[in-house]
Amino acid sequence: MTDRFVLTRRQLLKTSAAGAAIGAATSILPFSAARAASATVGFIYVGPKDDYGYNQAHAEGAAVLKAMDGITVVEEENVPETVDVQKTMESMINLDGASLVFPTSFGYFDPHMLAMAAKFPDVQFRHCGGMWTEGKHPMNTGSYFGYIGQGQYLNGIAAGHATKTKKIGFVAAKPIPQVLININSFLLGARSVDPTITCQVIFTGEWSLAVKEAEATNALVDQSVDVITCHVDSPKVVVETAAGRGAFVCGYHANQSPLAPEKYLTGAEWNWANVYKMYVDKLVAGEPLPNFTRGGLADGFVKMSPFGPGMSEAARTQFDATLAEIMKGGFSVFKGPLKNNKGDVVAADGQAFPETAVELESMDYLVEGVVGSTS
Amino acid sequence: MESTDIGLWGVPLAILGGAIRVSTPFIFVSLGETITERSGRINLGLEGILVFGAMTAYAVAVMTGSPWLGVLAASATGAAFGLFHGWICKFPKVNDIAIGIALMLFGSGLAFFFGKPFIQPSAPDLPAIPLGGWSNIPQVQAALNINVLFIIGAALAVFLWWAFKNTRAGLIVRVVGDSSDAARAMGLNPDTVRLLSTGVGGALAAIGGAYLSLYYPGSWSEGVSSGQGLMAVALVIFARWNPLGCFAAALLFGGAGALGPALQSVGVTQGYYLFYAAPYILTLVIMIMTSSPGRSLAGAPGELSITK
Repeated sequence: MTDRFVLTRRQLLKTSAAGAAIGAATSILPFSAARAASATVGFIYVGPKDDYGYNQAHAEGAAVLKAMDGITVVEEENVPETVDVQKTMESMINLDGASLVFPTSFGYFDPHMLAMAAKFPDVQFRHCGGMWTEGKHPMNTGSYFGYIGQGQYLNGIAAGHATKTKKIGFVAAKPIPQVLININSFLLGARSVDPTITCQVIFTGEWSLAVKEAEATNALVDQSVDVITCHVDSPKVVVETAAGRGAFVCGYHANQSPLAPEKYLTGAEWNWANVYKMYVDKLVAGEPLPNFTRGGLADGFVKMSPFGPGMSEAARTQFDATLAEIMKGGFSVFKGPLKNNKGDVVAADGQAFPETAVELESMDYLVEGVVGSTS
Repeated sequence: MESTDIGLWGVPLAILGGAIRVSTPFIFVSLGETITERSGRINLGLEGILVFGAMTAYAVAVMTGSPWLGVLAASATGAAFGLFHGWICKFPKVNDIAIGIALMLFGSGLAFFFGKPFIQPSAPDLPAIPLGGWSNIPQVQAALNINVLFIIGAALAVFLWWAFKNTRAGLIVRVVGDSSDAARAMGLNPDTVRLLSTGVGGALAAIGGAYLSLYYPGSWSEGVSSGQGLMAVALVIFARWNPLGCFAAALLFGGAGALGPALQSVGVTQGYYLFYAAPYILTLVIMIMTSSPGRSLAGAPGELSITK
């Protein structure tokens, strides 16, 4: 209840601030959108764009576009996943003349982006997440996402070599498929080192709850977990708390090694600049934009952080060998025989799901060895 | 890292540790609000002051390298915000609740604005006192790593409880809060007393914010408070305007908040959303148990606009 109240007041605050900012911007740049071979691109972030996490990764991609000729980038931070984001999109389109909008947070898709796509059929919308389905969603919308799960698999290899207690931990926001893929990949990576390793997962229920993330990290370390990674919007709190308690950390979203130089093993980072550049190049050239874009480590959508001092020689060797395997393409983290943590078979012997397998995008289970539940 | 398997003991330990780690902002904000409300005013703006205090403390600590200077700077800005509230409210027909809400928006907005460049850098943390040295279990040692501000907060609760009863200043605040007319008859100026009480309340709330950004969770972000300032204001009513009650209620909230993650960490993973609601369910239960249709809220200051 309290949370909702806080949101409302922040919305109030932001809508008024945004209104003023956009008003000012348009009065300075009245014609920029009308020039030929130029375009205005809108980016909407759910949090601050220097959060060491999800939003920073997107903002780093947007920053590359700013350097391109004829491209105007408009950005808005801290937009909640409510009707607020519709107002933000509407003002980016009407006032700034944006012809391509990237609402980058999961909850912006339905109903908010879909409502705006119906209202503005000439504007292109590309949402970061996995949800666009042909025939079900309008053609001026689309989804892009990276297969970062294999990055978490590599994190798992690093964790498997670093753990002494054979217990690794994962602080997760919500049990949605992308998060579950990461949790499962992290454990499977660790189990490729030692099949007795278990992974304890704690769901915080929200993308950004600093105190709860710190509590979750402490609770994990109290249960002898000694390597921790996470999937929340800003891993800063988890990384600092875990390192403060003496646990190793694997990063996520962006490079957090400056926060814990001694304890940071490696990390799975987004490389969105490639994706955004591809879209904008097509937009300027007048080509149709793809509706469904995916890529992983091999496609340059994802990259790994440099190794920290906690990476042993054995860990580096296995990491590099696996990475080389992944870069060839077609690598499968999820392959049979594989059971979920309730004992049901999720992949039969001989069955393999490479990262492009569409079945993975509706994942609703935690694999055997993960201690936790999706509800 | 040394480690010991403590299994299910992790749950009570996490509740204890959580109570100590999470409660400090609640303690400071609710004690500050107790002083303000005992003088007959409500300052709902403490959430904004908390957030602004968190930002100020972090920014000053980053720039000077001293977390204590950060705490000092935060309490100064908190006092300024509090005095601002108290000053506006002395004008006739001004509603203190409305001003409080305005201040909440203003404080958070200003903190977001000035706090932009400080989301990335790391500030030095406030020191903690390791009281768990007697135990050789690392988890116990970690849970008993007690921050100095927590100890100051506990001492302050006892002091305020004593001071409200036994000092002249305490009596003045209570008289002004219970009846403006009686206070004027005693030759006191209610507006001045309330101005100072709101100022002190604001300073304490900002120290709570400094704890958030400088110790636990220990970094400045716009979501650092997630409504804790508002909850602390509610705690004051829950604690019946009694400083010791505020302290106990803050511990209860901190401990209950730690329940969800702790239960998941020992493998009780079903229904975690329900466990996260524990603090609120607990509040409801206690409110229902302690309320009575026969009398109004015990201990409520007579001049409060919500009870008048």
